[in-house]
Amino acid sequence: MFPHLAAGAVSEVSTVTNEANWLLENAWLIALLPAISFVLILFFGKKMPFKGAEFGITAVSISFILAILTGAAWMDHRDNFTLDTYGEKAAVLVDDGTGSAVDNVTLAAGTAAEAAGGDGQAYVAVQKTTQWLQSGGVEFNAGIMVDGLSVMMLFVVTMISLLVHIYSTDYVGGDRRYTHFFAFLSLFTSSMLFFVLSDNILQMIVGWELVGVCSFALIGHWWEEKPNSDAALKAFITNRVGDVGLLVGMITLFFAAGKGMTFDTITINENILQGGVSHTALVVAAACLTIAVMSKSGQFVLHTWLPDAMAGPTPVSALIHAATMVVAGIYMVARLFPVFWEGMQIDGSSINFLATVGAVTLVGAGLLAFVQDDIKKVLAYSTVSQLGYMAMALGVGAWTAAVFHLFTHAFFKANLFLGSGSVAHAVHSFDMKKDMGGMRKFMPKTYVTFVIGSLALAGLFPLAGFWSKDEILVNTGGWGILGGSGSAPGSYTFHFVMGMIGAALTAAYMTRCVYLTFHGEYRGGHHDDHAEDHADDHGHHGEPHESGPRILYPLYILSAFSILVGFANLPPGFLTGSKKDPAGWQERFLHFIEPAGSSYFPAVGHATPSWWLAIVASLVAVAGAGAAFTYYFVKVDRLAQRTGEHLVGLPNGVTTTNALARAGHKLLVNKYYLDHLYTGIIAGGTKGPIAKAAYWVNQNVLDGTVDGAGRTAVQSGKLVYEKIDQGVVDGAINASGRTSDAIGEELRHINTGRVQNYAAIMFAGAAILAGAFVLLLAL
Amino acid sequence: MSSLLAASSADVPFPILSALVVTPFLGALLMLVLPNGRPEYFKQVAFLVSGAVAGMTAWVMVEFDKHTADEFQFVDSAEWIAGLGISWTLGLDGISLWLVVLTAALFPLTILAIEAEHTPKAYYAWLLLLEAGVMGVFLALDLFAFFVFFEIVLVPMYFLIGQWGHGARAYAATKFFVYTMFGSAFMLVGILATAFLTAAETGNAVSFDLVYLAEEQALATTTARWIFLSFAVAFAVKVPLFPVHTWLPDAHTNAPTAGSVILAGVMLKLGTYGLLRFGIYLFPEASVYFAPALVALGTIGIIYGAIAATMQKDLKRLVAYSSVAHLGFIVIGTFALNTEGLSGGLLQMVNHGISTGALFLLVGWIYDRRHTRLIAELGGLQKPAPVFAAVFMVVMLSSVGLPGLNGFVGEFLALLGAFAAHRWWAIVAATGVVIAALYLLWAYQRVFHGPAEGDNAEMKDLTWSEGAIMVPFLAAIFVMGLYPAPVLERMEPAVDALIEHIEGNVEDFDEADADQGEDLDVDDLKDLGKKKDSKATDESALVEGGAG
Repeated sequence: MFPHLAAGAVSEVSTVTNEANWLLENAWLIALLPAISFVLILFFGKKMPFKGAEFGITAVSISFILAILTGAAWMDHRDNFTLDTYGEKAAVLVDDGTGSAVDNVTLAAGTAAEAAGGDGQAYVAVQKTTQWLQSGGVEFNAGIMVDGLSVMMLFVVTMISLLVHIYSTDYVGGDRRYTHFFAFLSLFTSSMLFFVLSDNILQMIVGWELVGVCSFALIGHWWEEKPNSDAALKAFITNRVGDVGLLVGMITLFFAAGKGMTFDTITINENILQGGVSHTALVVAAACLTIAVMSKSGQFVLHTWLPDAMAGPTPVSALIHAATMVVAGIYMVARLFPVFWEGMQIDGSSINFLATVGAVTLVGAGLLAFVQDDIKKVLAYSTVSQLGYMAMALGVGAWTAAVFHLFTHAFFKANLFLGSGSVAHAVHSFDMKKDMGGMRKFMPKTYVTFVIGSLALAGLFPLAGFWSKDEILVNTGGWGILGGSGSAPGSYTFHFVMGMIGAALTAAYMTRCVYLTFHGEYRGGHHDDHAEDHADDHGHHGEPHESGPRILYPLYILSAFSILVGFANLPPGFLTGSKKDPAGWQERFLHFIEPAGSSYFPAVGHATPSWWLAIVASLVAVAGAGAAFTYYFVKVDRLAQRTGEHLVGLPNGVTTTNALARAGHKLLVNKYYLDHLYTGIIAGGTKGPIAKAAYWVNQNVLDGTVDGAGRTAVQSGKLVYEKIDQGVVDGAINASGRTSDAIGEELRHINTGRVQNYAAIMFAGAAILAGAFVLLLAL
Repeated sequence: MSSLLAASSADVPFPILSALVVTPFLGALLMLVLPNGRPEYFKQVAFLVSGAVAGMTAWVMVEFDKHTADEFQFVDSAEWIAGLGISWTLGLDGISLWLVVLTAALFPLTILAIEAEHTPKAYYAWLLLLEAGVMGVFLALDLFAFFVFFEIVLVPMYFLIGQWGHGARAYAATKFFVYTMFGSAFMLVGILATAFLTAAETGNAVSFDLVYLAEEQALATTTARWIFLSFAVAFAVKVPLFPVHTWLPDAHTNAPTAGSVILAGVMLKLGTYGLLRFGIYLFPEASVYFAPALVALGTIGIIYGAIAATMQKDLKRLVAYSSVAHLGFIVIGTFALNTEGLSGGLLQMVNHGISTGALFLLVGWIYDRRHTRLIAELGGLQKPAPVFAAVFMVVMLSSVGLPGLNGFVGEFLALLGAFAAHRWWAIVAATGVVIAALYLLWAYQRVFHGPAEGDNAEMKDLTWSEGAIMVPFLAAIFVMGLYPAPVLERMEPAVDALIEHIEGNVEDFDEADADQGEDLDVDDLKDLGKKKDSKATDESALVEGGAG
């Protein structure tokens, strides 16, 4: 795992251990439990009183508790972990072959590490690895890597998953594929946790693909309708485009940074940071991996699948397409940060591919969110936009800010999605203009939680989004006039400006969304074919009403988090105590999460927080919200009251009077024509002219060359065939009569209707056979 | 090597490998003398015979010594035509083991799964003869015997397609036959040339013994290259490689389901296995010389096959084109000529047999029920047949190469190997991964999703017996996806021995980097690699200790 250590290179510092708290060493249990739940639901789900939901909820609850305990254990580990050899002098334990199995224990505490970390203890990740297979001297391992980043994600994934499980018992209650739904929720949760815990890049690829398949299955949950099925297909295929980037990028890393020997994430990161890895290879790897991020984390121009993915059930949108799976790309960049840090020369620069993709995405998607009438699509574009913030933050070197934004965003965006689901559950539609409006009268509780989520997303003080967004902006190092350029990695002025514009846009489109959904007059009441297709119809044809507790409590919890989680990383100088004080409140997130000073993380500078910037950014957001507020809450509202017209019938303001605005509006409504390009031109071209041309070549040119020979052959062949057919074979067995295999027929008739039993027995049979096979060969 | 053969064969009192070839042959003969009065006997006897072969193969698989997987085990040698140096020599090493296992498993399942549409006597007799031939090809260690088996295989398949097929079956059968014979003619010349020229160069008696010829390496470089080409043509047709693949879609589409399963499952591997065993082993220098061309053809096959598959209207034809793409991965892995690539290619041969075999069975069952394979006429099948859909989905995802299922490991290893050797081709090949998802999932969507109308709404779900047949396929898909180590362990010694063989016979051959760029820094890592290797051994020993 650490060839350089085996070679006796003592000077290198590796901050990883396999000796730690039991919880940290066994974090794989957290991922295993939902996997067990998946199998149980598959086999026994339909027979259970709650149709399999109990397995999922139990497993994820235990995982959640374990994740919390693991988090606590990590905090303790981060602050207090020492080995006997750990102390004043740097020490390296080299595995002498008598150590414990495949794990190498290496711990070195350089004073440099302490200085960079700024804390008393070095940052020591916990790694447990076991060999999966071996080929040509290369080990393909499976393992877990537990550090602040993975612990944080464990918490986010298990918590949101648990809330979504509870929410779903009501939301998809009575659905025709209820059990199937919970099975895939479990499988997704397990896959995501598996991905998060990966200690090597190959395992990351595996987890990455598995979450993609779960996403495919869940987007297409109601596959009877073609749009849903199409959306699922689109998501899978767009992600496959990114997968090529992922595969090529990871293989490049394997050869260049893993030295053709290892997939181990830490080793790869260390090798890059120690230098000696070809810069060209890193540029290629970083660019390829950025393409993977573009598809998985919905960055321009591969984001188009994400809004379509809203065809899936809303809890799925909250869990997969807002809080967890779509941040897999961000997480991957964070994990392999040295690749980007060195490959894109983030430090001391002012522009790079990743940051620019993020910046363009955050503004481009923010604009698109304006023209959506479907509440989930507003939120979807908002997610794309916020993911743009995260990608941009990583691109400008604001690692902690990006990860922190990932953390806060998970809560408020899940809150918003589940809130939109709560409304849709009541009106059986996602169309804000046609079927919503005035919902605050019917659903006051949902309204409050939705507004909290919106404020947090808009980044208004003191809610969660404010802190994380502010941290991103300050770390772009743009415009020293607002302070904050301090020791930020670079001076990314363009990205700073885009971030500011994004802040205004976010506040504005959320104001519009809140108005259209909750204010004005109720425009629904004709729920029919717009209804999201779940089997339960509550039979109410009167006014919509507030959702039940299984929907509301997750919303309350997420709202509380939307308010509070921002305080996890208070900037220094805020409240009491000094930054260095371990017991203080400041930068706790940074302290526990960022692997500063560890051997696998670059020395990233941090900008000093700036009051000025915080104030200006807040003003920008308020201005955005204010403009939208003036337009919708004041102007449109009055107009609607005066004319007595529904909002749908109202003129669209400037877009009808100004040609340029109209053109812009058209561009937005058509989503920059990207879908047209992909489905119409590229996919259509491949399926149509290109495939046809290839097939034509096949049939005419390739086959044509052997045509003469072929035709003669057919003639003579037919002769032979008929001769032998008639003369020899058929004649000899002519009397054998028609085939009717009585046994086969009998077996066919035994088939019974119990599909579930049947599938269960079948897969159980496969499992038993598989076990027997492995046992036979393993002996 | 000959002393080694003697030593190995002494351990086996019973000529088990000969039994693997002879049993189905005798079964075919038995079929001919069975009374016609009870047609159901034919299927039962055929199943019993192929089951017996499977049983013996299971024994061989368990008894196979993985520590000496680089040597031929259970060797069984007898003089055949002594005057010409032709012998009946059968042997099994890590390269052939899994292909033999695959063959032995696929035949009884296919016999069980598909009813003969008519004249069961001949149908099962041909199937058993086919099994004998395929076993012979994978086991033969004598060039002449190999050629005989390679040709024997053609005959039953010709009749299976021609007599029990659908549509333009006579055309398809003949096309198949002519194409393959065309290649075989070259191979026969190549085989004779190899044996006689080696005898002329060395002054020894003529021998067709594979190991002798390979170890001798008596031919001049240019001669060897020409002879390699003659073999390559024969095998390229069989694989099939672009541009000699056009027989495949026709053969598959018109073949009966059993024919398609066997054709895709094992017969295409005769080509890739031949390239490994007779191309690379006999002519290492020529293989290195021609590797870039073969990798290029393989890559073209991947992209081309995938693109052609997207536009197919017939489900079976679509799966057939997907085979062209998958076999491309096997070829680029193989001709990466490094451990990962070769193991990946070999593993992918087995994987493709499992996944595509199962896909053809499933498509065949759809045809049995709906009497159409046109995608446009199917739709919404998931509603009336959820289990069928679930199984189809799993098999399809394994074919797409989803991690956790069998297709991924082989594909990834092949890509990794190809990347080390021919980076740009590997990158192009990686895009084939996208298109594979496109055509398979798109087909799945059109066939299984959407509303089920008309006959589609009535489609019968998988029956118990069909489900039981799918169980071994699913088991293999999951085992080889989640825990491929037992399979790989048994392959790799043989693969490594093959690479050593190349290294020993080709000057300047360097496994890791056929055309490695300087920026990947592999060269200066040799030392690290060595240390790594010794370490890996220590660790695996420890792991094994722990497991024991």
